[in-house]
Amino acid sequence: MDVLKKVPVREQEAKVRAANFEEVCLGYNKEEAMEEASRCINCKNAQCVKGCPVAINIPGFIEKVKDGDVEAAYQVISEASALPAVCGRVCPQESQCEGKCIRGIKGEPVSIGKLERFVADWARENGIKPAGAKEKNGKKVAVIGSGPAGLTCAGDLAKMGYDVTIFEALHEAGGVLVYGIPEFRLPKEAVVAKEIENVKSLGVKIETNVVVGKSVTIDELLEEEGFDAVFIGSGAGLPKFMGIPGEQANGVFSANEYLTRSNLMKAFDEESNTPIMRGKKVAVVGGGNVAMDAARTALRLGAEVHIVYRRSEEELPARVEEVHHAKEEGIIFDLLTNPVEILTDENGWVSGMKCVRMELGEPDESGRRRPVVKPDSEFTIEADTVIMSLGTSPNPLISSTTEGLETNKWKCIVADEEYGKTTKEGVYAGGDAVTGAATVILAMGAGKAGAKGIDAYLKER
Amino acid sequence: MYRILEARELAANIYLMVVEAKRIAKRCQPGQFIIVRMDAEGERIPLTICDYDREKGTVTIVFQTVGAGTMKMAELKEGDSFHDFVGPLGCPSEFVNETPQELGKKSILFVAGGVGTAPVYPQVKWLREQGVGADVIVGAKTRDLLILEKEMEAVAANLYVTTDDGSYGRSGMVTQTIQDLVEEGKHYDVCVAIGPMIMMKFVCKMTKELGIPTVVSLNPIMVDGTGMCGACRVTVGGEVKFACVDGPEFDGHQVDFDQAMKRQQMYKTAEGRAVLKLQEGDTHHGGCGQCG
Repeated sequence: MDVLKKVPVREQEAKVRAANFEEVCLGYNKEEAMEEASRCINCKNAQCVKGCPVAINIPGFIEKVKDGDVEAAYQVISEASALPAVCGRVCPQESQCEGKCIRGIKGEPVSIGKLERFVADWARENGIKPAGAKEKNGKKVAVIGSGPAGLTCAGDLAKMGYDVTIFEALHEAGGVLVYGIPEFRLPKEAVVAKEIENVKSLGVKIETNVVVGKSVTIDELLEEEGFDAVFIGSGAGLPKFMGIPGEQANGVFSANEYLTRSNLMKAFDEESNTPIMRGKKVAVVGGGNVAMDAARTALRLGAEVHIVYRRSEEELPARVEEVHHAKEEGIIFDLLTNPVEILTDENGWVSGMKCVRMELGEPDESGRRRPVVKPDSEFTIEADTVIMSLGTSPNPLISSTTEGLETNKWKCIVADEEYGKTTKEGVYAGGDAVTGAATVILAMGAGKAGAKGIDAYLKER
Repeated sequence: MYRILEARELAANIYLMVVEAKRIAKRCQPGQFIIVRMDAEGERIPLTICDYDREKGTVTIVFQTVGAGTMKMAELKEGDSFHDFVGPLGCPSEFVNETPQELGKKSILFVAGGVGTAPVYPQVKWLREQGVGADVIVGAKTRDLLILEKEMEAVAANLYVTTDDGSYGRSGMVTQTIQDLVEEGKHYDVCVAIGPMIMMKFVCKMTKELGIPTVVSLNPIMVDGTGMCGACRVTVGGEVKFACVDGPEFDGHQVDFDQAMKRQQMYKTAEGRAVLKLQEGDTHHGGCGQCG
């Protein structure tokens, strides 16, 4: 064994997986996990923990794996995280825990994400549940949204003894884990549904089909329904479009729509009642994780797929692993390319996309080099489907119906980082509703902060 | 689960159902809609609210069978349940924010086409409850497809029924009746038109000429209905709006109907295919033009 390298993880072969929706990464078995765990040098001042937004005792759980006591490892993780099987799969470990791992200085860091995934999967397969609260304190908390922020906040509060109800707008709990991230990265039935069951097993109730701001307001929850505090984890919101000509043509979708059809409504399955465009040539505009998810979904639905991104590969905001997987599967990257018009046929359907070539100029406020249009570089790419993956802007449903809840100039809810405290008494918030579109684990970190804030508030009151 | 307390066919392929949905019944306003899912595998189908009873906690929906989903839904009976029923979605009609005094000064005309009669009803009823009478034109293809005539008659100041084929009431399109009423000397300050896209387009064309501000209610393709997917985007006054959160009601004179109509066709083939599959089952032999 080369101690400088990670124990390799088994994956579905690129050619095979490009035509199915089954999970790409197959994960470690116990033997592989124990071998990988033995690479951890159990640092006293563990940097990895500092890189984890929910501060899992990483050396602690890895040591248990090393000893072969996976159940104990699971209990160590679940003290800090309600969704380990999810995080082991979708966290950007390379820039968090693994990015800080001392092993990474000379060789490859310990494969913390894959170990976490192994532990969570093993616990699920062996029926191990997280430990719940010892006694209830009789106080009621409402959590809005059942995505990563809401589930984490609800799980933490339930463990502290609170009576928690989650209100979910869609017909199924899970938020972005269900509607956004595809099956081949995060299996819904096998993984997400089970982690939600675990949160419910802590005593958390989930009421679906409640659109807070429409079906009920926050003020009503506090004043009429007897909740003592509210946590808002309602997620990102409205998809952005470019504002270029032809964008309302048939065959232009937001990544949100495309992914929701495929993931939540199962449109990838021929038997589904919800339709999806099965394009032959699909252009996905954008370079984030959501763009990769949309591209790889379209590929699996049988299309030739191009990622169209205005900067270069170095600036792609998507995780390295996602870009790598996308390339392996045959996604074509049209970098330094920016659409200027969507072309349509006489019936209003997409027939192509007019683009310009870009080059990188001086760095902008984000520190990334600003893309500048190359003169006279216009050209047309063939496409029958265009998927816009440009991020989202906040949904005004909650902020516009709640007295005294302040938003910032981007219309995101104002909340402090440490406790998620908003400008309205008893109301806390976190996740994409506060920060704008970010990652699952950051939302979970914010959910934890909110739980801490609510606990402090209700104890003091 | 959301129990169905009453289910009946109003006219050929048009169904009415009264559904137990306490949260929605408590908060819904004229102009808003709901999304329904029949079973665990069902599509999310947006439907207008036709009536509500705040005390009983019920919401009445009316729908026409247009695809596989609504056809299956039509088979539901009293005592059955919907798997999901969510709302109220969208913004209420603007007039609910006006006082009865302000509304009393206005002469309001409603124009309802086909199954669009259903969402017009709660608006006229709401106004009646504020003591405001409104004129209502209801258009149907033929007498057998006319719905909610008695109900509408009970709440409208004047009800004018017209059928395309002249089989009942006046003869011709709703636009003909608008023109007739204006020529008879009627004056309207505002018009609310709800019905098929093509009807709303022509009503708006006429009311623009007549100088009557007109509100329409759009029902584009939708998935979540909460602003998340952007499928329902429409161009209004040159700006892109999401019908689910910005609408569904818009200034009809500003709506790009041609674009909206094209966008409604987006899944016609897929939907049509699903209908054929349902009707023909294993005997399906390619009539949809999509397969072998």
